[in-house]
Amino acid sequence: MAKILIPTPLRQYAEKNNSVDVSGATVGEALANLTTQFPDLRKNLFTDEGKLRSFVNVYVNDEDIRYLQKDATAVADGDTISIVPSIAGGLC
Amino acid sequence: MLTQEEISRYSRHLIMPEVGVEGQEKLKAAKVLLIGTGGLGAPVAMYLAAAGVGTIGLVDFDVVDVSNLQRQVIHGTKDIGKKKIDSAEETMRDINPLIKIVKHEVALTSANALEILKDYDIIADGTDNFPTRFLINDACVMLGKPNVYASIFRFEGQATIFAAEGGPCYRCLYPEPPPPGLVPSCAEGGVLGILPGVVGLLQATEVVKLILGAGEPLIGRLMLYDALAMKFRELKLRKNPECICATGEVKLIDYEQFCGIPKQPEPPPMSAEISPKDVKTLIDAKENFILIDVREPHEFQIGRIPTSTLIPLGDLPKKVAELDPNGNYVLHCKMGGRSAKGCDILRQSGFKNVRNMTGGILAWSDQVDPSVPKY
Repeated sequence: MAKILIPTPLRQYAEKNNSVDVSGATVGEALANLTTQFPDLRKNLFTDEGKLRSFVNVYVNDEDIRYLQKDATAVADGDTISIVPSIAGGLC
Repeated sequence: MLTQEEISRYSRHLIMPEVGVEGQEKLKAAKVLLIGTGGLGAPVAMYLAAAGVGTIGLVDFDVVDVSNLQRQVIHGTKDIGKKKIDSAEETMRDINPLIKIVKHEVALTSANALEILKDYDIIADGTDNFPTRFLINDACVMLGKPNVYASIFRFEGQATIFAAEGGPCYRCLYPEPPPPGLVPSCAEGGVLGILPGVVGLLQATEVVKLILGAGEPLIGRLMLYDALAMKFRELKLRKNPECICATGEVKLIDYEQFCGIPKQPEPPPMSAEISPKDVKTLIDAKENFILIDVREPHEFQIGRIPTSTLIPLGDLPKKVAELDPNGNYVLHCKMGGRSAKGCDILRQSGFKNVRNMTGGILAWSDQVDPSVPKY
């Protein structure tokens, strides 16, 4: 099982959980299991074509999966997967 | 050279070997531009002024509103209605009269950004919207100036330095902005008042370190702060070889368009909107209609329209089945944005008679019942 950290803006689509334990040997599988459990997350994470949205980054531990094997990046027991969406707030 | 007055003022810096006279002279010679004097800009401006950063530029065109004061500590109750840039300057001058403050009372645009940024050494982005963030990034990449970046949402903050020599830029992290409406703004999502204090001071710290050339700058690292968990996490940021900052294809563009924001918001069909006054008339006439408040329960607690039913926008898709599609509905939220989405959800489910109350409960408070508090 890996732990997926859900960022604040997306918690509303994940029954307010800040982290979810999921199974899956790769990041792609782990995210698929996550969105099966919380279908409302799907459109926020993926485009209609099933591609990860470009304003959402996914990290395994501290490394961006774009520089690993993307969806196929292996996930080991005890790894932390972070979903990091862009947020604009500052002045507000 | 430091004056005697400066030596007295900055003595706690001068006795530290990491700063010393040489470091304080670097601070005095530095020119830092703060874009936005709101939640993040407030602590950055106050501490950089106190630290003796010699020239601080401010970019803002907003005025102080009472709802800013929960977090924008550079402004006070006496400043409500004043230009933020003037109120910020006054506070900074009181903290430190020895520094130079340059005011740019404009909205940063593709037309003026390079001209404004070019005179500064370091840029600190404390804005609140994606178009300006991409504009600041691209201008910093073009001019080769480091962009000390932070952003906040509710209980969570991000900070890093973009566009430093050899380091990644904002587009390396996020090549594109989210489509409008998918990511909530602070005005709708809220923000813990203390949060910009913590995250803004991460920014200020990095600005000072860059000036001094001290320590490990936050380049190539994204710092995430979660106030509820009280945890800092650090992620690696890499320079994307395909990014325009690496290929040299960067130029300033129409950022509103890039972020999918229509130039003139399309007016909704007349039948889709109803004014608060007309809603009041319907209520008084005991017309048969259902008023749905799509805000969150904690907002409902702040103030409500007595005949309304609370169904938070997130719950609406699940509740549609319980509603009569032939009924007559008016939806409202705080300002009209979320309820417009709620109207779309109902219409997509085949509801025919759905209207959005223009301006939300803020407009209701202005036009119908001032006893409903604004927030």
